[in-house]
Amino acid sequence: MSATGVGASVRRKEDLRFITGRGQYTDDINRHGQAYAYFLRSPHAHAEINRLDTAKAAKMPGVLAIYTGDDIAADKIGGLICGWMIHSKDGSPMKAGAHPALAQGKVRYVGDHVAVIIAETLAEARDASEMIKVDYKVLPAVVDMNDAVKQGAPVIHDVSGNNTVYNWHLGDKAATDAAFAKAKHITKLDLVNNRLVPNPMEPRAAVGDYEPGTESFTLYTTSQNPHVARLVLSAFIGIAAENKLRVIAPDVGGGFGSKIFIYAEETVCVWAAKKVGRPVKWTSDRSEAFLSDAHGRDHLTHAELALDEKGKTIGLRVHTKANLGAYLSTFSSSVPTYLYAPLLSGQYDIPAIYAEVDGVYTNTAPVDAYRGAGRPEATFVVERLIEIAARETHTDPAQFRLKNFIRSFPHQTPVIMAYDVGNYQASLEKALEMSDYRNIGKRKAASAREGKLRGIGISAYIEACGIAPSAAVGSLGAGVGLWESAEVRVNPIGTVEVLTGSHSHGQGHETTFAQLVSDRLGIPIDNVSIVHGDTDKVQMGMGTYGSRSGAVGMSAIFKALDKVIAKGKKVAAYCLEASAEDIDFKDGKFSVKGTDKDIDFGSVALQAYIAHKFNGQDLEPGLKEGAFWDPTNFTFPAGVHICEVEIDPETGVTRIDRWTAVDDFGRVINPMIVEGQVHGGIGQGVGQALCEGAYYDKSGQLITASFNDYCMPRADDLPSYNVGMTQTPCPSNPLGIKGCGEAGAIAAPPAVINAITDAVGHENVAMPATPLAVWRAAQNAVARKAAE
Amino acid sequence: MYQFTYHRVDSARKASNLAEKNEDAKFLAGGMTLLPTMKQRLASPSALIDLNSASEKLAGIEVKGRNIHIGAMTRHYDVANSKDVQEAIPALADLAGMIGDPAVRHRGTIGGSVANNDPAADYPSALLALNATIHTNKRKITADEFFTGLFETALEPGELITKIVFPVPSKAAYMKFPNPASRYAMVGVFVAKKGKDVRVTVTGAGSSGVFRAGKFEAALTAKFHVKSLEGISATAEGLNSDIHADAAYRAHLIGVMARRAVNKANGK
Ligand SMILES: Cc1cc2nc3c(=O)[nH]c(=O)nc-3n(C[C@H](O)[C@H](O)[C@H](O)COP(=O)(O)OP(=O)(O)OC[C@H]3O[C@@H](n4cnc5c(N)ncnc54)[C@H](O)[C@@H]3O)c2cc1C
Repeated sequence: MSATGVGASVRRKEDLRFITGRGQYTDDINRHGQAYAYFLRSPHAHAEINRLDTAKAAKMPGVLAIYTGDDIAADKIGGLICGWMIHSKDGSPMKAGAHPALAQGKVRYVGDHVAVIIAETLAEARDASEMIKVDYKVLPAVVDMNDAVKQGAPVIHDVSGNNTVYNWHLGDKAATDAAFAKAKHITKLDLVNNRLVPNPMEPRAAVGDYEPGTESFTLYTTSQNPHVARLVLSAFIGIAAENKLRVIAPDVGGGFGSKIFIYAEETVCVWAAKKVGRPVKWTSDRSEAFLSDAHGRDHLTHAELALDEKGKTIGLRVHTKANLGAYLSTFSSSVPTYLYAPLLSGQYDIPAIYAEVDGVYTNTAPVDAYRGAGRPEATFVVERLIEIAARETHTDPAQFRLKNFIRSFPHQTPVIMAYDVGNYQASLEKALEMSDYRNIGKRKAASAREGKLRGIGISAYIEACGIAPSAAVGSLGAGVGLWESAEVRVNPIGTVEVLTGSHSHGQGHETTFAQLVSDRLGIPIDNVSIVHGDTDKVQMGMGTYGSRSGAVGMSAIFKALDKVIAKGKKVAAYCLEASAEDIDFKDGKFSVKGTDKDIDFGSVALQAYIAHKFNGQDLEPGLKEGAFWDPTNFTFPAGVHICEVEIDPETGVTRIDRWTAVDDFGRVINPMIVEGQVHGGIGQGVGQALCEGAYYDKSGQLITASFNDYCMPRADDLPSYNVGMTQTPCPSNPLGIKGCGEAGAIAAPPAVINAITDAVGHENVAMPATPLAVWRAAQNAVARKAAE
Repeated sequence: MYQFTYHRVDSARKASNLAEKNEDAKFLAGGMTLLPTMKQRLASPSALIDLNSASEKLAGIEVKGRNIHIGAMTRHYDVANSKDVQEAIPALADLAGMIGDPAVRHRGTIGGSVANNDPAADYPSALLALNATIHTNKRKITADEFFTGLFETALEPGELITKIVFPVPSKAAYMKFPNPASRYAMVGVFVAKKGKDVRVTVTGAGSSGVFRAGKFEAALTAKFHVKSLEGISATAEGLNSDIHADAAYRAHLIGVMARRAVNKANGK
């Protein structure tokens, strides 16, 4: 292994500009003559707009234009779309209500977009917004899913009288019922998967620009997938033809899913740029982000696990209500269905599974993919059930898992997924060793002497990453294919630019992708640049989410590199006067087999471009190759996290004392970056488990609308992590990569809650396990002990 | 933020003169509370009178006999790190060190915090427990009279706090249970003993701001020991309830924090 090749912990190339404040984020981009947009948002969760009077506001200083839903409709700009069709059990298509970028007659959540004010300055736009008179007819709002589906609940979209988007199911109901009928033991559980606000460090932003000379638009925006944004804005929303619309996603400061989607604000900025004849900029402030970024999670679930007399898992049934908010965001429909239920087998051999999911409208912000997207929700259900089943049957939770793990591969689960490889017991055994699981009893006793409660919790998670085989997702309702593209451009003196359809917004692609190229071409890593995030530079690509950039994006680069090397061999053959079949390529040198004749990569590149040594008719000049990679299967990262907590029963404060993570990500390109992804993911998972929760009051006002009330995890909430790895290389891509971006966020929540419930001897503590919640549980535990 | 006129002054006198002329002007100290409120358009003063150039005169810590004088513009960081405060009233230095984060502690001032009287702020509990006196450009006000309700004080419009005078107690300690989100006090208990006088004050919990916990004071006056608090608990009535803590939990935490504060004050 070279110092900068695959497997080396190369320092991140991009960090120099990031940590010296030289990143170029969307808000850093300022176009000549730029104006500013401010969105007037609905203060009501549900209301009809009787009248919207902008006359007075339009006369305010600095105001260039005010647009409403009528203007956007008059221009035939389409509504925002949901790109994944889900069918209900009865075969009917999901009920997608219209989602105009600016409200047309009705608002459906607090923060919904009523009008946009474009002015010389942001302050002027905001001043003018206060002069707009909106006559609302306030309607009753519904925020609770159980209330939303009741008879007589306020109807949010006329297309769905009972606020239900779909009643979807997966699995074999009859087989599952049969398994339960013969079960020896049934574990039942009701769970809440708490709603989260994504909160990337950089809020969303957009600059729309229109060039009348070429009749073309440019949108600079905080996107994880600029090509998908262009496709949607062009083909569905109708801003302009694709060749007249350039989307640039420059440096992006975190996304966690929330920047996949095509939102109202970005759409309006690019559309309005032509209308006002000025570039239009909008940068979300934190308050707007809380209200209008797509939120994550928000499930209510009842789940049951059936065991036979030997304690083997024989059946699982799950009924989930998933809150989709007031409108269907871009991929929202797929998250609680195909990204969720197919993972309900976890790491376990469960012969029969049946899942029902009801997608529900409420008067709340749209809910869509957030780090892990469906898979954390599935893991939470499975790992809480497994833990409780072990406790109910008086089996050590580690032993219970070992007994039920899948042991042979490939393994077809009853819920679509075919797991290719894995070694679950290896990860568990290593994690048990690293966490000193054996001596937990001693540590519990030591804590008890200090008046503290100690608990340990295991989470054995699996996720489906590297999304995804295009034909497979197409058959499940996706509107797009989920391949990835790459182009490797070798310059005449042998430096390389890689144009990738993946997008880096914190993941470190500029380093890891360059490592792959450096490794395969045998050139210095500094000779490799990664280009991404600009639809004018980069060929169509699908972007970054679902831990796909390594497994799918790098596989496309790998394939393009194969082609570069093959072409290079042909050029080298001419230079070395040999036949191409006799050329070897190794360590940056092309050589003739069995001789000492060779030529280095840089010289071959030069020869390819000057084309002096060969006839341009026989061999095309140049050295540039492209590839598209369509995966043949999902990848299945899996592992075991063990959390150990100590609780102060007097206050309910939970301190995470130890954290062990053993993950199988297949082959690893840069262990340092992977470990960083694990740390960040656990941080977010611990955030969900201990701190974070978005709450609306009954009238639909977001109570947790700032960091004053929405509790983000801080450094001192988190422990130092003990991270280990096992490896079973993924067979479905040339690099053996499985993906690591979401694992921590998926694994962590059940590990924390299993540890807390172990400590308080209480079966259920809801997330977030705040001091208040844990104190109550500890009080109950003390009372129960006293009663016994 | 709405438009406003900005004034910079280099003395307390100039500040109060300006304030008298501008009815809805506001003093700007650290700006940690005032500026975010203005940015969110929740406050719209016609003028700001920036005290930061008057810091030389309005900031500073002095020991005078059995009292500590702290200028209104003294930053939380300076109180936390003052040798004089750490020696005379370590509980006060501790408290200042628990406010917000380093950026907030380097900007925020004691005068601003006290004038603002946020019901979850830390300082009010110290002023009330230590029986401090608030000096203004017009008069001296005892802490007992100063804090009059949620975000309300005895200050009149345009009245400027110049310094706070703290009598040095024989024993004192502050225990803070931070709100998990904001890290302001969800329940903060300050206990202080000076001669026979014992005070126990609670911040963060009361629906009308900082208050004295009479039952706890009476018990501790008899004997300043944690055992005196056995069986004594706060009632939930009049306490705040929100997503982070209901009134019953806050009442419980008052007892826990009080016992821990007494132990700490007793060096345990
Ligand atoms: C992120 C964050 C976390 C925080 N955490 C805590 C915490 O844990 N505990 C805590 O107690 N506080 C906390 N605070 C508040 C902080 O302590 C502020 O310093 C304080 O509330 C206001 O002080 P300031 O100097 O910034 O005043 P400013 O914001 O400048 O002013 C506040 C108010 O006081 C008035 N004022 C200022 N000085 C005077 C004066 N000399 N005389 C009369 N009126 C005056 C102003 O006109 C204004 O109305 C936090 C603040 C932030 C932003």
